[in-house]
Amino acid sequence: MAGEFRKTADNLIEKIIFLCGILSIVFVSLIFIFLFKEGISFFTDFSIFKFIGGRFWYPTSSPPQFGILSLIVGSIFVTAGACIIAVPIGIMTALYISEVAPKWARDILKSLVELMAAVPSVVIGFIGMVTLVPLVKTVFNAPTGLTAFSGSVVLAFMAMPTIVTISEDAIRSVPWQYKEGALALGATKWQTIRRIVLKAAMPGIIAAIMLGIGRVIGETMAVMMVTGNAAQIPNSIFEPVRTMTATIAAEMGETVKGGVHYRGLFAIGLVLFTITFLVNFIADLFLGRSKK
Amino acid sequence: MKIKPLLPLLLFLLSFLFLSCQREQKAAQNTNSIQIKGSDTIVNLVQVWAERFVAENPDDYIGVTGGGSGTGFAALMNKTCDIAMASRKIEDSEIQEANRNGVFPFEFTVGFDGLAILVHKTNPIEQLTMEQLRDIFMGNVQNWKELGGADLKIVILSRESNSGTHLFFKEQVLRRGDAKAKEEFAPQALLMPSSKAILDEISQNPNAVGYVGMGFSNENVKTIKVASRGSLNFILPTAENVLTWAYPISRPLYLYTNGDPQNLVKRFIDYALSDKGQRIVIETYFVPIRKL
Repeated sequence: MAGEFRKTADNLIEKIIFLCGILSIVFVSLIFIFLFKEGISFFTDFSIFKFIGGRFWYPTSSPPQFGILSLIVGSIFVTAGACIIAVPIGIMTALYISEVAPKWARDILKSLVELMAAVPSVVIGFIGMVTLVPLVKTVFNAPTGLTAFSGSVVLAFMAMPTIVTISEDAIRSVPWQYKEGALALGATKWQTIRRIVLKAAMPGIIAAIMLGIGRVIGETMAVMMVTGNAAQIPNSIFEPVRTMTATIAAEMGETVKGGVHYRGLFAIGLVLFTITFLVNFIADLFLGRSKK
Repeated sequence: MKIKPLLPLLLFLLSFLFLSCQREQKAAQNTNSIQIKGSDTIVNLVQVWAERFVAENPDDYIGVTGGGSGTGFAALMNKTCDIAMASRKIEDSEIQEANRNGVFPFEFTVGFDGLAILVHKTNPIEQLTMEQLRDIFMGNVQNWKELGGADLKIVILSRESNSGTHLFFKEQVLRRGDAKAKEEFAPQALLMPSSKAILDEISQNPNAVGYVGMGFSNENVKTIKVASRGSLNFILPTAENVLTWAYPISRPLYLYTNGDPQNLVKRFIDYALSDKGQRIVIETYFVPIRKL
């Protein structure tokens, strides 16, 4: 009797775990189907080329204009800037934590970096708005501090924890024999790090960067607060831009369910989803390679 | 034995489901609770009305949230609010959209407002004509020098496109009062999420120019005198100038209900239009609909 019960319990638990396991797959597919359903019907009213290639975003004018080129460029500017700032600092932090730092510094740094990931984005955005925006205006003598650059700095802060933790894992999983071998052959510590450790950990580091980019490109609140939200194609990083995420967040509330504007925003969501999907896919490719 | 802890959890989650269903039904039935949503311009005014009204009628509950006039209309159409506050008239297309959803918007004018044109305190410009304003906000004039000011690039601050203030300003200033015209804000205009954000940016940026409801203006910024089209009589947005329509950028403020108001909705609107309610209009720096 008892054995029978244990068997059913075992079976049941196994089923539940299986269910939880495939739950994320179900959710992602449901989200994608919903997004696709709401977004794709937009293209029956509005040509996809005009949508992606159009420079003007005036959704509430009559007739409305739904050109998201300036929004895509805005997102790319902010994301690229954030990567230029966060990637070198992030990788060097990871190297320091895993290879150079003494144990006490390593423990403190690791927990602080993890704490950084826990700061809500609206808080980072608020701090950026109050401190960074006036600073950018005065330092770079720009007409306004609400620029793509401010967005990049704020986002660099948010991408850093992802980049640091994952590249640190990758660096630490480099077999110690590699390092010992290099040192035994007379290489200095820096030579070992540069030629052996970094090289062996590179796929993992690239995956870390990609995941960082994925986080950055989808970030909304902080970006909306510091980039100025001007739907123009910027000439430099010190001009205001408007990102795709900020557009969706700022305008979703005003739309009537099922209206053209509503579906247009879902179409932006579709573009955004495609981009993050590609980025994550590339990250997975590299992560898979680093396992081998 | 191992399944036991899961059962309460399941029940717990299920109860949430039921609770949320029930609450929705309650909102529809309970006439002692209403939701008001819409224009950020008058959200402060309606908030005060709601507070005083509830203080006199403790059994009633009134929820007030902002988001923009468009947000309010969308909520009225989706039946998620009982009264929409608006700083612009409802459009024909919106009425049709509402009718399709079985909603019949009913309009009440509850006060008047003037849009104050604001610049930084150090800006030497004192007065502008409507044509000059149009040139500034359309990007035809890009430097304060051209208007007799300092050699600084003009930074245009506008509200988001879901804002009634945004649409009203566009129609009144950019399109010279013709709703069917095609003029738009310059693409480099920064779209700020709130009137507060516009005030903050102007108070610290000598390049900036923006517009907010006259109730928002404060001593940290400078209010520009504006002359009507074809006149050189430059005046400030004061209650008197707005009520006599002498100030050119003035507009009515509205509440919209679904059909003829009933019960609490009717009592609230009566309160807003009463002498008591209209005195609150003056208190919150707007202009009442009649001389008190």
